[in-house]
Amino acid sequence: MNSREKILQAVLKNQPAASVLPDISMFGGNKSEAVQQYLEIFKTIGGTALEVADFAEIKTYLQDNFELTKRTVTTLPELGDMAEMLSQTVDPHTFEDVELAVIQGHLAVAENGAIWLTDEVMGQRIIPYICQHLAVVVSANQVVPTLHEAYAEIGIGNYGFGGFIGGPSKTADIEQALVLGAHGPLSMTVFLLTEMS
Amino acid sequence: MKETQIQDHATLAEAFIQDEERVNWHDGALWFIREKRDLAAKKIPEWENLREVASQIKHNVISNLHDYLVQFEENLTRNGVTVHWAADAAEHNAIVYSILKAKEITQMVKSKSMLTEECHLNEYLAERGISVINSDLGEYIQQIDNEPPSHIVLPCIHKRKEEIGALFHEHLGSEKGLSDPTLLTRVARKHLRNVFMTRRAALTGVNFAVAETGEYVVCTNEGNADMGAHLSEVQIASMGLEKIIPQKKHLSIFLRVLARSATGQPITIYSSHYRKPRPGQEMHLILVDAGRTRQLARPDFRDSLKCIKCGSCMNTCPVYRKSGGLSYHNTISGPIGAILAPNLDMKKHADLPYASTLCGSCSNVCPVKINIHDQLYKWRQVIVKEGYAGYTKALGMKTMAWTLSSPGNFTKAGKAGRWFMQNLPFMINNKFNPWYKQRELPEGPEESFAEWYAQNHEKEEPVYK
Ligand code: SF4
Repeated sequence: MNSREKILQAVLKNQPAASVLPDISMFGGNKSEAVQQYLEIFKTIGGTALEVADFAEIKTYLQDNFELTKRTVTTLPELGDMAEMLSQTVDPHTFEDVELAVIQGHLAVAENGAIWLTDEVMGQRIIPYICQHLAVVVSANQVVPTLHEAYAEIGIGNYGFGGFIGGPSKTADIEQALVLGAHGPLSMTVFLLTEMS
Repeated sequence: MKETQIQDHATLAEAFIQDEERVNWHDGALWFIREKRDLAAKKIPEWENLREVASQIKHNVISNLHDYLVQFEENLTRNGVTVHWAADAAEHNAIVYSILKAKEITQMVKSKSMLTEECHLNEYLAERGISVINSDLGEYIQQIDNEPPSHIVLPCIHKRKEEIGALFHEHLGSEKGLSDPTLLTRVARKHLRNVFMTRRAALTGVNFAVAETGEYVVCTNEGNADMGAHLSEVQIASMGLEKIIPQKKHLSIFLRVLARSATGQPITIYSSHYRKPRPGQEMHLILVDAGRTRQLARPDFRDSLKCIKCGSCMNTCPVYRKSGGLSYHNTISGPIGAILAPNLDMKKHADLPYASTLCGSCSNVCPVKINIHDQLYKWRQVIVKEGYAGYTKALGMKTMAWTLSSPGNFTKAGKAGRWFMQNLPFMINNKFNPWYKQRELPEGPEESFAEWYAQNHEKEEPVYK
């Protein structure tokens, strides 16, 4: 008998009598306050979140706050005139020198600041992790109150990789002192776009 | 690894508490995290419901584990992930080695995984010419200091920044005397970027494995799991059988309670859902038993398999805070470590269920409502019955068992105890009583609460009938 069979047999023999799954449909939050809550929570996490009316506003913000002379990549055609459209086929190691990545997010979660992204909007999976600074554009309509609504919207999905990202990378491993920028981005900016709504 | 295994918790804790300033600082740092957890929990009105539901989902997992494992495997295979099964640590390590060997890979980067620490994977691979670097900052620091992690969430919580500065000076050539946490983190960031860029293989742990979809979720704050995985050509995930959850939507429950319980954050910065390999990449997942099916067979202890490794039972534990994680001589320390370890090796870990005051604080904070302190007490009974208790512990154990066996005895013992404390304190305060070491006894109260209540409320009707 191989290990698989041995393990499965032991599990079957030792597991207790079946118990039912609880109903979790009663959990959820309040949609009407979601955008305001998102903006506040994301700030407490160490990120920057702002409501913008259109892409022109996003461009101005990026020009004022980032060194766009350094390598800037995007998956958003609207930003094609100020950033490199990123290739989905090159070796991911070639993105090591990316200073700023601007990508689209599917939805934002008000209770914890997290944005849901899949490989489809990342361009390449490594992008939101390897860049020094990350900016994400999400439709203001797509802000949900809690993770319950988020997973209801995500459903089973058909992605190869997906992730919640809720702020700049951080560590507190050295004497519990909070340091932003552990291995991933040093900063994260979220644009809640009202025009997309 | 430093040879700490031969000494028991009491001896190791005694060494830790020699440095009073450090003990107080360690105690305070962990309590601070416990307080952050409380604040985060209080912001969620449905918190207690979430804990209850999380516990029930995990109960369902334990009771249907066979079918969920088969379903998970089917979905992984459909997604293009190669599934392996390992009965024990040795088989797990051999599988990792064979995957790397087939690709002629000699260097690997690893994100946080208590399971691979438990399996001593790094040492095993090193003996076969494969070097592994732990990329979680705390684990990296522990690795270069040749020490195991002292906490499952905060691996080097017992270290001072000056000590870390000295380690970085020695191993990474940073400036001597550097102790600023931000600057030290930058030094590690630079060094580990180079590691991520050059490793062809990456191994991660698993926080949650969804049977319904065959995806697994890895939670980090640093982004190290993703840096390793997305730059690798071979991605390996190692998980204990108990990490399964039934459906995708259940992630909403667990991700809501995990980080809030662990550090008071609303969610970890990264919650990555890995499902299919990227084009040109290989993905492997190893399902590891290593004692889990044995624990499943123990009705009194199987609930320990619900653990989601948040670490909050450690942060709140008065014994953990004052004795440090390394004194538990087991990869997983603190209250949860003390109920998992005896299942792995009862003789070696016979002392751990005694490293508790049974105050119950751990059970009160546990997000999946494991009855940790009850299990600690039950392990003591099993250990005595199986003949693994040392002499002094057996004695203390008998007294404790007698004390707690009936309310009558409890009252008598309380009366006798108060009398001793007031009249013959040296009987308790002596070197034959291991509990007295390093402790000042408080003055005993004149009467117990039960006596006081009986005198003052005799005529009142009890409200319960
Ligand atoms: S036993 Fe509970 S509190 Fe302790 S680490 Fe596990 S889930 Fe967290």
